[in-house]
Formats: sequence, C-alpha cells, structure tokens
Amino acid sequence: MHIYANPKRFLSLASWLTPLLFFSGLVLAGGVIVYGLAPELPAWLVALGLQPVPPDRLMGETVRILFIHVPAAWLGMGGWTGIALSSAALLIWKHPLAALSARAIAVPGLIFTIACLVTGSIWGRPTWGTWWVWDGRLTSMLVLMFLYIGYLALAQATAREGASPTIAAIFGLVGAINIPIINRSVVWWNSLHQPPSITAGKSAIDPTFLVPLMVAVLGFSLLFGAIVLMRMRALIAEQQVEARLRRRALEDEPIPAAGGAMEPA
Amino acid sequence: MLRESLPQWDYVLAAYAVMVLAMAAMIAWSWLAMRRAEKRRDAVKRR
Repeated sequence: MHIYANPKRFLSLASWLTPLLFFSGLVLAGGVIVYGLAPELPAWLVALGLQPVPPDRLMGETVRILFIHVPAAWLGMGGWTGIALSSAALLIWKHPLAALSARAIAVPGLIFTIACLVTGSIWGRPTWGTWWVWDGRLTSMLVLMFLYIGYLALAQATAREGASPTIAAIFGLVGAINIPIINRSVVWWNSLHQPPSITAGKSAIDPTFLVPLMVAVLGFSLLFGAIVLMRMRALIAEQQVEARLRRRALEDEPIPAAGGAMEPA
Repeated sequence: MLRESLPQWDYVLAAYAVMVLAMAAMIAWSWLAMRRAEKRRDAVKRR
C-alpha cells in the first residue's frame, strides 16, 4: 500500500486502471440492466441457455428491481467501509493518499445510498403497499445517507480551510458503527424488509435470480472503482496545481532588503 | 386476500430509470471533473 504513497506512481497505475474498470463495469452492469428490463430474450440468447427473468411467486415482475437495489445497498455500505479503512490508514500510517481516497469514495457512496433508498421505496409500494416505513433497516440506511452528507461537508470544509484531515477521518471511523447496525437491523428488529437472503456461503435466492444479481454486483462495483479513481485523479491534479501556484508565488515575491545597515555609505 | 392491482412494470421501469440516470450523472460529473483538473494541471505546468 505504501508503494502508492507517491502520487506519481499512483497516477501511472490509475491511468490504465480507470478505463479498464470503467469499461468492464459498464459492460457487466449495462448487460444486467438490459437483461433485467427485457420481457423476452432474442432466440440466439435462448439458444445459449439464457432464460428471461421469470416473475417471482410473491413479488411478480417487480423482482427485477433486485438487480439494481441490492448492488446499490451493498455499495452504499461498502463505500462507508472504504471511508473507514482510508481514515484508519490516515490516522495510523499517515498515508498521503488516504484522505483523498476517503473524499473520492464519499460521493459515489452517497449516490448509491440514495439510489438504494429510492429504488427500495419504489419496490416497497407494489410489494409492501407503502413507499416508506420507519423500521430498523430503512431508518439506518437513511442515517447512512445523512452521515455521507455530513462527511462530505466536513471533508470539503477542512480541505478548503487548510485544516487537518484527521477531523474528517475520526468522523469516518465513528460513522462506521452504522454499518453493522444496517446489516443486523432486520435480525434485531421486526421489519417489513425481508431477513438476510445471502449470508456467508449460503443463499435463499434461486440461482435464476442469484447469478444475474452477482454479475450486477460485480459490474456496479467495477464502476464504483472507476469513479473513485476518476475523483482521486481530479483531487490529486487540483492539489498539484495549488502547490505549483503557491511555489511560483513564493519565487516571484521580491525578497525584502536586510534593513540597509550593511550598505556602503 | 385483498390484493391491489398495480401496474408492476411501471415500478420496474421507474426504479431502473432512477439507477441509470444516477449512474450516468455521476460518471459524467466525475469524468468531467477529472479531465478539467488534469487539463488545468498540464496548463500550469507548461506556463
């Protein structure tokens, strides 16, 4: 990890990794979106053994929302886990890119959290009969969204004022307490939300839905990675511009004469 | 059991539209921010 403490080395890695993550993510996530929206599949895909998404026994056609809602929820939570890890790297090792990576993760993390809340609400109306319910899972996810907004405001303010990034890092670590709460909320409290369907090594979801779901998770994760790299590159470039302009301003400043006492009469 | 008959496809389309628009906006914003910042850095370097 410390190899990439040098921004030059990090940028040489990011320059080829960004398009690789972006285009592979776009193909996988885009493919699942098209698959999830297709009521029927072309004959050549059926010949390859691919079947259109069947309606679920209870949820009907709305089961298709699974392929976007679950990746959004996982990446919303994964984003904050990334902020917490970066914050720990900043506080423990003073890694120079840790504060930047945490700031770069915050925006896509927030967008995925909002996408999870909105798609979940849309899914709730036909399946639960309500857009919103103040239960443990939905409320803790809403709290995550406010944590992201708070983190972004704090990180941007400290960067603008030239204050220490450790303030935002501490907030990033403390906010991580919400992640296990979101994860266990459906077990600890009664909820309209279903209990965990996918646990370590086990799944209650039929492979017909599970396989495209996993492809969607992979695709959106790759896109998430590409967006984080893009935002890190932008932040590094902004810092380099600022440093160069500051250095130039110092060089151009005339050096004041030393009082004139040593000058010959 | 009383069942509400809602047009399920409308909800599916609405959810996918939200996700696609959010992704497109976020990707475009991040890519433009990166390009603008790197262009500015190169311009400052050349000056």
